[in-house]
Amino acid sequence: MATVLQVRDLTKSFGGIRAVDGVSFDVHEGEILGLIGPNGSGKSTLFNCILGQLMPTGGEVRLAGRAITGMRPCDLSKLGVGRTFQLLQVFSQLSVRDNLVLAGQEHAGGMWSRLFGPRDAGLAAAADRMIDFFRLRALAEEAAGSLSYGQQKLLDVAMAFMAGPRLVLLDEPAGGVNLTMLGDLRERLRAINQAQRSTFVVIEHNMEFVMSLCTRILVLAEGRIIAEGAPQAIRNDATVIEAYLGD
Amino acid sequence: MKGAALLLLAAAALAAVPFGLKPYGIYLLSLWAVMTIAAIGLNLTLGYAGQISLAQASFVGIGAYTAALLTTNGWPLAVAFVLAAVLSFAIGWALGYPALRVAHHYLAFVTLSFGTLVFLVLRNEEWLTKGVYGISGIPRPVILGWSTKAPIDFYLFCLVVLGIVSLGAWWLVHSPWGRAFTALRENPVRALSLGVDTRRYTLMAFAIGSAVGGIAGVLYAPLVQFIEPTAFALGLSFNLLLMVIVGGAGRFYGPYLGAAVSVVLPEWLRFSEALYLMLYALFVMLLVAFCPSGLLGLAERLRLSWRRSSKSAT
Repeated sequence: MATVLQVRDLTKSFGGIRAVDGVSFDVHEGEILGLIGPNGSGKSTLFNCILGQLMPTGGEVRLAGRAITGMRPCDLSKLGVGRTFQLLQVFSQLSVRDNLVLAGQEHAGGMWSRLFGPRDAGLAAAADRMIDFFRLRALAEEAAGSLSYGQQKLLDVAMAFMAGPRLVLLDEPAGGVNLTMLGDLRERLRAINQAQRSTFVVIEHNMEFVMSLCTRILVLAEGRIIAEGAPQAIRNDATVIEAYLGD
Repeated sequence: MKGAALLLLAAAALAAVPFGLKPYGIYLLSLWAVMTIAAIGLNLTLGYAGQISLAQASFVGIGAYTAALLTTNGWPLAVAFVLAAVLSFAIGWALGYPALRVAHHYLAFVTLSFGTLVFLVLRNEEWLTKGVYGISGIPRPVILGWSTKAPIDFYLFCLVVLGIVSLGAWWLVHSPWGRAFTALRENPVRALSLGVDTRRYTLMAFAIGSAVGGIAGVLYAPLVQFIEPTAFALGLSFNLLLMVIVGGAGRFYGPYLGAAVSVVLPEWLRFSEALYLMLYALFVMLLVAFCPSGLLGLAERLRLSWRRSSKSAT
């Protein structure tokens, strides 16, 4: 399996605090990698360093062999890296369809063709497919801000996939989602992983969700990787149990 | 279809209005058209892209002085339109750079300082602008044999330019650029993660809004036929900001309504003699306090509540 993402010795310090401390790992094509750890273990900081939101203090990130350390998020997006955020990030005044078109429009053509080209940037069919895939058909023309939290979460995830990314980093996709919607979200993520052969890295606190979705799990504590393995092995790992529960 | 018919009707009404009016009334209508254009520019920068600017008057000034200097030296107004738009676009692009580093009131102060700088240049660089003496005798254009010297003709010319600018603005806000501007205003971090080059769109929002301000200035000069620096001081920038907010920032028809309130309402209130500006100020204070989304926001709120109540009745 080809390596999609390589993280080597990544470090991020804030003053005297090392939020991420020499983290190295690979992500392989088509896999769903879970990234778990107690609050404050550095998961979101690690995500933000990989995704160009924060400049790492040291180390290197490569996407399919190409150095991407510190690259701007919009350039990373154009290289096929999508993401979601811990908190909901949909554009509340745009319709569901416009949110999806926006998520894909910057990947097609240049600035001028977007100005003088069609209003939907030629993405009407792709947006329709995504609307159907995430079962948002009845809400397609509604303003995103009028949707329920769970529906907005589905839209948020759908937006990350609109441009057909090769790698998607999902930051707590299950956060605040009710049980019914959670099953739906997991099923959709699995299906899109199969259909697009997309590679995922998922930060999640919901253990049942992450264990049932991911094929491999990394555990982070105090900015370092303390365990790595299959979900079942991680569940029974003494170091992991200690990190979560303390002495 | 219904919308297009309504627009045509509105355009016909606007073209017919001045025929029963005295020259001052026609002047006010022309000023409304010019200020609407300037406010359309600011609405793109502030309303759609969310970048506060207190420098729109400077671009109206740059446009007006470009037109005055060129046309009093025999150049056609068409050249002034092109040059003012290009000049304002370039200066607006440069003014956008601070917006890449600061936002909100910090950005307001940066643009405020720029406005002061332009005012000082207009006032002090006498060799170019004639300073406080201003430039007089600015001619009104003759377009393919049609003289716009008479107030009605010049008003119709202003309406034509307003129509062209409106079409351009409509196209822009309904294109993917408009969607990107909205994303930039609502959530720049998320927009960036979706591939929206927020840096380039911020600069574009400033540049295009400024260019439209410059175009308004080119019309302003032959309208008043005499310009001097104080007309483009901070007061006008605040007034344009008021037009955008009162009409409804980020709403396409907001500037049309806001400019009408700002230009025409004080005149209508003149029946109250010395109190008219106080009444106007009170109206603006109440509107902004109780309906920050402007008159169009208020209309939208009323429409939604009417729809809800008629639904619950059935």
